[in-house]
Amino acid sequence: MTSFRTIFFSGKRNDLASKRRRAGKKSNPEMAHERFKFIRIFFVLGIVGLLILLTGIIITLGPLNISVTDSYSALLSRFWPDYFTVDALTARVVWNIRFPRILGGIMAGFGLGICGCVMQAVLKNPLASPFTLGITAGAQFGISIAAVIGISILGGPYFIIGNAFFCALLCSLFIIGLAAIKGATSENLVLAGIAVNYFFTAMSSLLKYFASDEQLRLMTNWGMGDLAAFSWTNSQLLLIIFIICIPLLMTKCWDLNIMTAGDETAKSIGVNAEMTRIFIMVVSSLLVATIVCFMGTIAFVGLVAPHMARMVIGGDHRFLIPASGVLGALVLMSADAVGMNLIAPTIIPTGIMTSIVGVPFFMYLMMKGKRKEFWT
Amino acid sequence: MMIKLQAKDIVFGYTSTTILDNVNFQIAPSKLVTIVGPNGSGKSTLIKCIDRITSPQGGSILIDRKDVTQMSRMDMARYLSYVPQSSVRIFPTNVFDTILMGRRPHIGWLGSDKDEKKVWEVLRLLDIERLAMNNFSELSGGQQQKVLIARALVQEAEVMLLDEPTSNLDIWHQLDVMNIIRDVVKKKEITAIMALHDLNLASHYSDRIIMMKKGKIVAAGDPHSVITEENIASVYRVEAAIKSLSDRPMIMPLRQIREAKAY
Repeated sequence: MTSFRTIFFSGKRNDLASKRRRAGKKSNPEMAHERFKFIRIFFVLGIVGLLILLTGIIITLGPLNISVTDSYSALLSRFWPDYFTVDALTARVVWNIRFPRILGGIMAGFGLGICGCVMQAVLKNPLASPFTLGITAGAQFGISIAAVIGISILGGPYFIIGNAFFCALLCSLFIIGLAAIKGATSENLVLAGIAVNYFFTAMSSLLKYFASDEQLRLMTNWGMGDLAAFSWTNSQLLLIIFIICIPLLMTKCWDLNIMTAGDETAKSIGVNAEMTRIFIMVVSSLLVATIVCFMGTIAFVGLVAPHMARMVIGGDHRFLIPASGVLGALVLMSADAVGMNLIAPTIIPTGIMTSIVGVPFFMYLMMKGKRKEFWT
Repeated sequence: MMIKLQAKDIVFGYTSTTILDNVNFQIAPSKLVTIVGPNGSGKSTLIKCIDRITSPQGGSILIDRKDVTQMSRMDMARYLSYVPQSSVRIFPTNVFDTILMGRRPHIGWLGSDKDEKKVWEVLRLLDIERLAMNNFSELSGGQQQKVLIARALVQEAEVMLLDEPTSNLDIWHQLDVMNIIRDVVKKKEITAIMALHDLNLASHYSDRIIMMKKGKIVAAGDPHSVITEENIASVYRVEAAIKSLSDRPMIMPLRQIREAKAY
């Protein structure tokens, strides 16, 4: 990835620059900047293309043989039945079994990647992830209450999920509220997040201590993070939250660029740093709580997807937000595909596989990249 | 006299200490004004209070008779720009994007070619065009300071505030940065207000100097009337010799003035 930069951005000092400018041509740095803009757009489009390609390939994996062309035909036949035909069994397997899980992976990865990206920016902390604010700890606590004590906010099919959602949201709103009273600096938020994280983890452990074997198993399974819980009904709910939250986050892309330069600078350029921080935190907490309550802990994606994107396209959030989302989706769906097929028919939970596959890949990028400041 | 910026009764303090004690001053358009004073005299705080980076507890700032303290931050950023002492970047950003940030008060959601043209214009003005695609954190202190000034310039505010722009710079870069500030004040007809430690730099470049001690203004005016042996003795507790060099007072500190201790 560094080769991109060495090829394109070696803006040499050149006395010809001023002559070129007088002749109405662009100077070397201007040309380099144009190329950089092109690369950013090209990269985002490229990874979207890769996502579509991988979706087709992953659909083919499984006991029933489906070719790549058949998988695309099956997907498109729903929308244009006149142009794409596929046999009924393939269509059923694709639409009812294989594609929902992939779509779940894409949505979860996309949401977590975006949240990681915006949280790292407002907390000015490369270690920040959607879980810094104790969202997982809160959700885990909610699950524990439902499993062990049997108390839940919602009944029926949402008995456990509802609890996870509200506890996660409550936990992050508590932290944000605390920081808002004391001054919403990034340090306050991170410290409060870590402290509350410990508290809720301890509370969950306390409940675990009194739990029966069956209750323990339920709690542990959720903690591993699994896409199996994802269904078409869930995806609609998730889609609504996406449609509300992601445009809200995107409207702040300029402010996020400025926030990474520090509160003093942000204020002097006209950005209300503390309000922006609270706004971003509230919106992304809502998004993460929704994802986490359905799919459990899939922590790694939110942390690394923004770093991967930053390595290639730099820190402009107009491009960084979508790129982080798409990269998060790519990592999650690929890891899940490996987990599904590595020792089939046993399915390894997504959360475990994401870290096992993702960490070595991330380490490789870390060692390869020369721009060491990403991890300072 | 035309007045560009007027500070009225600026008060700032923490629970036990007063940092700024009813500060009042007026500044004419396109002037380079320097605020000097010993450590803890409140000069940096005054700069930050003018830009509401730290909110003053009382008083108002008028620019062209409009009260900027009542404006939203975004509106205020069109009148006032600020150059911090230094800037630490956690995530890598290239110089171009760093400067483009300054266009925020004028920018639409997507950003336009006009904004980018402004950035190139300022990059050329400060002769740092070749650094455009470099990483901000990899620049030298002097280059970083120029980039921060460039960011304030693309903001197109008529008043620019600077917090000790020459600290951490060697003498060549001190002069370089001060020359840039003096030039933009002339060329762009803006008013620059800066906090500065170095009295000789202040004397050499400023149109007006404001001298502060313990949150109060003790002297203000042209360099000759402010940089005097008496003022240096009472404000800095330093005995100094003042010489005139190219019609500017130059100060040579001689010895500290110590109060006699009572035993």
